[in-house]
Formats: sequence, structure tokens, C-alpha cells
Amino acid sequence: MIIVKGLKKTYKIGSTELPVLRGIDMHVEKGEFVSITGRSGSGKSTLLYQLGLLDYPNSGSIIIDRMETSELTSSERTSMRLIELGYVFQDYALLPSLTAVENVMVPILMLSLSKKEAHKKAKHALSLVGLSERLNSLPSQLSGGEQQRVSIARAIGFEPKILFADEPTANLDTETSKMVLDIFLQLNALGQTIVMVTHEKDYAMLADRILTLSDGVISETKIGKKKK
Amino acid sequence: MRKITHQTVVRENDFLRMLTSIRVGTFLAWRDIKRANIWTTLLIIFVMTVTFLNLVVVSGILVGLIEGAVVAQKEHYTGDVIISHLRQKNYIEQSTDIVRYLHSLPSVQDVSARYIQGGSIEANYKTKVRASDITDNAPALIAGISPFDENSVTGISHTLIDGKYLDEGDYDKILVGASLLYKYTPVDTPSLRTLENVEVGSKVRLNIGGFVREVTVKGILKSKVSEVDSRIFMTDTQLRGLIGRTDLNADEIVVKLKPGADPSYVKNQLTNLGYANLAKIQTSEEAQPKFLKDMKDTFNLLGNVIGTIGLVVASITIFIIIFVNAITRRKYIGIMKGIGIDSDAIELSYIMQAFFYGIFGSAIGLGIIFGFLKPYFAANPINFPFSDGILVADPMGVMVRVGVLMLATVIAGFIPAKIVVRQNTLDAILGR
Repeated sequence: MIIVKGLKKTYKIGSTELPVLRGIDMHVEKGEFVSITGRSGSGKSTLLYQLGLLDYPNSGSIIIDRMETSELTSSERTSMRLIELGYVFQDYALLPSLTAVENVMVPILMLSLSKKEAHKKAKHALSLVGLSERLNSLPSQLSGGEQQRVSIARAIGFEPKILFADEPTANLDTETSKMVLDIFLQLNALGQTIVMVTHEKDYAMLADRILTLSDGVISETKIGKKKK
Repeated sequence: MRKITHQTVVRENDFLRMLTSIRVGTFLAWRDIKRANIWTTLLIIFVMTVTFLNLVVVSGILVGLIEGAVVAQKEHYTGDVIISHLRQKNYIEQSTDIVRYLHSLPSVQDVSARYIQGGSIEANYKTKVRASDITDNAPALIAGISPFDENSVTGISHTLIDGKYLDEGDYDKILVGASLLYKYTPVDTPSLRTLENVEVGSKVRLNIGGFVREVTVKGILKSKVSEVDSRIFMTDTQLRGLIGRTDLNADEIVVKLKPGADPSYVKNQLTNLGYANLAKIQTSEEAQPKFLKDMKDTFNLLGNVIGTIGLVVASITIFIIIFVNAITRRKYIGIMKGIGIDSDAIELSYIMQAFFYGIFGSAIGLGIIFGFLKPYFAANPINFPFSDGILVADPMGVMVRVGVLMLATVIAGFIPAKIVVRQNTLDAILGR
């Protein structure tokens, strides 16, 4: 599903160059749950931004579902994010003026579905994350865990091929974190490909494979509990 | 390897994509407006309303001051059509034929013939100490009218500020224009003489072509039309008797048409019959003094300049509002792009918000103008020295201004949205 070859990313801060990814080679199979872990500053979020087409690498290749993404224009990358990639942000990133169901509906509407169909799909996605009762609540009326679940519902509402999650439990308590991870495991059981960045080793271990990043390269690949 | 095509990555076609962007843009805009702080929304709409009023009312009042003079000129002096004697003649030949013909036209409502004679008016002559003292006098045109006909055409009785209007049988009674009286026009220069201590009931002397007649002031007129306010009116029968005119040839014939009738049609009919060889035939518009037209153009220009400044200020205001809104929501714009909402939909949502503010501001402005200001100024004109100022706001002109305001608003909404949307998606999300 994802093939990464020689991926490099360097940030420029003034005249200083800061290499963050120094040549990543990795792959993710269809239906696989891969977690990326590593110390703070190891480049795991940067890697996810490149995989999620939110940022441009300096060199290397990212092939998603047999498509070389380096050849895509900005508008095509946006379309690809919409059609094929779901993204769960660390801080939920919900639109404050939209209710839970409306937040989930927006990307579905963008796929040219009718409002009725979009609402139906959004409702379904919210029911998968256990939020059927909070459809019309604004983000400000939801707890952190609920907001993160809305964020997951938004990411899966349009049935993306790959779901990316950037530290999805970072702002949540243990109980809520487990609830969120359960949702990921359930989705993965239904065949959803998931790539999750987390610094929590226990959570990372729940995946099929764990990639550990260190100094901008993958230093270790482990099989997770799920596969064992 | 999959081939990258528009079909696989970008949705079906540009038209559908645009429709979707409009739909999503509307969805986002409406919810942003609905859930925005009500006071902020009201403040923005208030700014738009004031801007719209500034665009329409300032120029409308400036033009209205002149329009008031134009309307008064037509209503109280020229009527819809005015026929006057040729420069080389002392009167309008075949006046009775012309009047008779005019009465036969179905579009004509009323006709009044005026007899005009130059002369002077003299007051306070009884208080003169020495015979050699120059008495209080002022040159004036004396108009002989049929009180009924004249009032039917020009409604002159409505311009009375003191006393009573003439009756058909009045003799030795006159109406005096306010410009001849110091009390109402406190100016007394060698070129503009006015009479002091003259009021209703005062005895004054009229000197008409050597004939002197003592008459009583029955009423005082003030129409803010110089031709009317500097005249003296008496019954036509007495004036013709005084000057010995027996031919019924008038000096001015004024015509009031039925509502909707075309003054040019009446003028053409008269011209076709050859009356243009006997008299000068003008529509009220043609008889307008040139300075009024020039002033109208100048005030229009001034109004447009002030309106344009107002429009620029409004555009900047909307720009700042949308820009601040977009900047504070930069992260969310980044997120929207991150989850695949295309730039067009995001930009459209901001344009629609600006459009909403513009439409609402204009609608309230229209309500204020046509529901309150225009009727108010029509009922209570601005008391300007040479006119009763009204608010000129013709629907077509106002709609053009609505269009201009909407265009400026949409541009002012689009630019900041474009600036923010163009920023790097990840930088926007991370607030870099």
C-alpha cells in the first residue's frame, strides 16, 4: 500500500540546515497496522507528514497505492488526501463552528455526495466510534476523548485507503487512550490500513509492526503483539 | 504503477468540482455565520449599512438640494411646458389660439396665461419727510394672472407664507414675492433693492409703465424659485386694464400635463402647427437655468467622490475583518486543506461570508432609504436657501451602488482568504 525509498527531509532554520529524515526505506502492506515510534525529535511526526502528503520531502520517493506521489501537483495532493488518506491529528483539529456530525460530513461532501448521503455516512462513522448521541454537539461541548473520536470518525467517514494518526492519545487519559486504540484495532480488523505515530511503547506494541526511528533513520523493526 | 490522471486523483471534471466547492463553501460559510458571535456579526452588518448609506445618501442629498430647486422651478414656475414671447416680440401672438389648442389636447390638464409688465413697487411713501427724499422702492415684474388657472398649473397658493391668495374678482390687491421684501430677504444693495416694513395689509404703490396705482398687499409668496419670488402678482383683468392691453395676447403660457404625459409631445404638436414661429416653446427641462444643471452635475460628482471614498473605506474594513478572521483561523484553514478540502471551497466560504455581510448591510440600507429617509425628506425637505432639498435615490442608481458595494465586498473578502489559503498547509496547521 505504501512504499518509501530513500526519503530525506531537511528543515532550514535561517542558514542552518537540520536534517530530520536521513533516508527512510519502509513499506506498509494493505490492511496492516504499523506504528512508528521513537524519542522526541526523532522525526516520526515529520515522516507521517510526508506519508500523509502534508509536506514535501527533499528527496526520495513515496508510492501510495501504486501512485508515485512526488509527481502530484498541490491540487492533486489535496484530492488524494481527500480520496485516499484519512488523518487523525494529535490535537483533534476539529472545526469549532461545526458540530460533530458536520465536522465528519465536510470531507464527505467534498466527494460530491449529497448532503443526505454525507449525513448518513457521517452518522455511521460517529456510531463506529461510539458517538451516536453527540452528533449535534459542538467541539467545545465535547471532552478531549470525544473530540479525538470525532477526529477519527472524520478520518474514516469517507472510507480512506490509509488512516494516519499522529500521536492520537497524546492529550488523553489512559482510559480514553485505550478506547481510542480499541477503535483503531477494530477498524484494522475490518481491513483498514493504519499508520500511527506514538511515543508510548505500550500503545505502539498493539500494532502489527513497530518501526523505531532514531536520528532520522529506521533503527529497528519489531513485530507487535497483534501479530504475535 | 498507477498512472496519474485527473480522473483518478482529481474528481470527475472541473465543472462538478466547482459545483462541489460552491456547495462545501456555502456549507462552511453558513455555519460560520450562524455560529459566529452575534455582536461581531451585527457590528460588521452595521458597518456595511452605514457604508451603503454613505454611498447613497450623501450624493442623494447633494443632488437632492439641486433636484429640489429643479422640482420647485417646474412646479411653481414653468409647469411641464412653458411658452414665452420671442425675444423680438412683446407678447405671444395668437395667445388665445394657443390656449384653446392646448385645452383641446387630451394630455393637457391645465393652462395658465400670464401677462408680464416691468415696473416697480414703492413702499413707506407716506412717511417720507421731504418731497426730495427717495422713497423705498424696488424694481419688479408684475404678473397678471387668472388666480384659478395659475393655481391649477403652479399651485402658487401653496407658496404663500403670509396672507391670502388672490380671488378672481380681486382689485387693487397683490401678492408680493419674498425676494422683494427686506423682512424675508435681508439684502439691500443697489442691484437688489428690497422694501422694508411691508407686510400683509400694507399699502404700496405700483408703477407700471408710468401708471401709478396704490394697492394692498394681500399675501406674500416664497417658493424658492427666483422668477416667482421676485414678482408681484395681481389679477390679469386689472393688469390688462392698467396697461391698456385689450388683445388677450399673453407673455407667458404655462401648461400642466396629466400624469405620465410627455412634455416633448406637446411641444412637438405646437411646433408642428407653426406656433414655434410665434413663441418660444420649452419643456420644463429645457427651461431649467444652466447653473442648475451645472450645479447638479457638480454635486453629483462630489457625491460620487465622497461615495467612492466611503466605498474604499468599506472595502478596507471588510478586508481587515475577513483578514483577521482568516488569520485567526489559519490553523483551521490548514486543517481543512489537510483533510482534503480544496482551496476553492475554503476561499468561497470567505467570499460568501463577505457577500452575506454586504447583502445584509445593503438590504438594511435599502430599507432605511426607501422606508424611512426618502419619505421623511419628501415630507420634511431640508430648508436650503435656494431649494427645499429632498433625497434623490432612484431605484436604478441605488441598485448600481448595491452592485458596486457587493463587488468591492467580494473582492475585499477574496483577497485575504486567498493570501491565507495559499500558505503552506503544514505551516498553517502547526502555526509556523
